[in-house]
Amino acid sequence: MTLHVNGEMSAYPEEVATISDLLQYHELNGQMVIVEYNQTIVDRTAYATTRLCSGDQLELVHFVGGG
Amino acid sequence: MQDRYSRQTLFTPIGVQGQEKLKEKHVLLIGAGALGTGNAEQLARAGVGKLSVADRDYVEYSNLQRQQLFSEQDAYERVPKAIAAKNRLQEVNSLVDVRAYVQDVQAEEFEQLIVGVDLIIDATDNFETRLILNDIAQKYNVPWIYGGCVGSYGLSYTIIPGVTPCLNCLLETVPLGGATCDTEGIIGPAVQMVVAHQSAEALKILVEDVEALHGKLISFDMWKNQYTGIKVSNVRKDACPSCGKERQYPFLAPGNQTKTAVLCGRDTVQIRPPHKMERDLDQLRERLHEGEVEQNPFLLAYTLGTQRLVFFKDGRVLIHGTKDVTEARRLYYKIVG
Ligand SMILES: [Zn+2]
Repeated sequence: MTLHVNGEMSAYPEEVATISDLLQYHELNGQMVIVEYNQTIVDRTAYATTRLCSGDQLELVHFVGGG
Repeated sequence: MQDRYSRQTLFTPIGVQGQEKLKEKHVLLIGAGALGTGNAEQLARAGVGKLSVADRDYVEYSNLQRQQLFSEQDAYERVPKAIAAKNRLQEVNSLVDVRAYVQDVQAEEFEQLIVGVDLIIDATDNFETRLILNDIAQKYNVPWIYGGCVGSYGLSYTIIPGVTPCLNCLLETVPLGGATCDTEGIIGPAVQMVVAHQSAEALKILVEDVEALHGKLISFDMWKNQYTGIKVSNVRKDACPSCGKERQYPFLAPGNQTKTAVLCGRDTVQIRPPHKMERDLDQLRERLHEGEVEQNPFLLAYTLGTQRLVFFKDGRVLIHGTKDVTEARRLYYKIVG
């Protein structure tokens, strides 16, 4: 499946089916992340149930504490 | 000196009028590490009238790679970061009124520091302090600019009370652990990118050009060459305990004060005395017989074997060489009694 993530188009393996899977793939699971999915912010409770389709656009921003 | 701001007043959105406004403004910087020193230098050079800089730590050699106001001499002398920052800022621009605060800023300190402040720059290294900052900003209706970075990654967001969502709306819970400079390191360009965003937003707020504000949560990776902006304005929550209709400012509650904290980027635990006190460093020195003692006007560093304790005048102690709070407390009581 091809997804636009943070402005870059890449091919993802089959096991990436939901937003949760995508976060896991990018090693962002368990982190404080804000996800924009096709221009809409997704509620955290819906990450596991939001199924991705080829061509979807996602922006992932995770919070870090360093300064 | 006459034309020191000429290139900035030639820039139309600021102009002579904006420059006059900058001179009347007071910015509070929480933290004088990488983001704090970067922002402070920008704002001092730009001619902001008054800068208050608060930090709980002192300069070390590992800071020099990215903390732009500090010198080798500062690290050698273990000068508190707030003091070293003030010294350098006054060299850069003697017209700016710079105030240094060597302290761990929690709710009580914030209540004093916030008076007369137009803007807060977040340059802390932890979310506990940021959530206290967030509550204070909401309570006193002061805008603030979040910044964070680790590795080659960084992000920033400008929070305007009554207009944008607050940090508590965005986070929902306090992030625990995750990547820190401790484990992943940090490169100067990632710091500078966050500083550039924070200080640009600061100038817009200070010259009162709110239309020009970014309005997005922005993030970037200087090594992966990615740049992202997300519109988060509709994440604002009516039920938010920090900015909602029935707000209680949960992070200002006295029970929420931490007495011990593990410092980011350091194998170090800080112990804060339960009550305000001033520690007599000379008296302490007389009690220390074994080991090695170094002292400057602000702190006393005590090395015993592989362990090092740094005592500040405001009563705080940094215990180096451990991340274990229990171990740190044991050492502290062994020496202080
Ligand atoms: Zn809120």
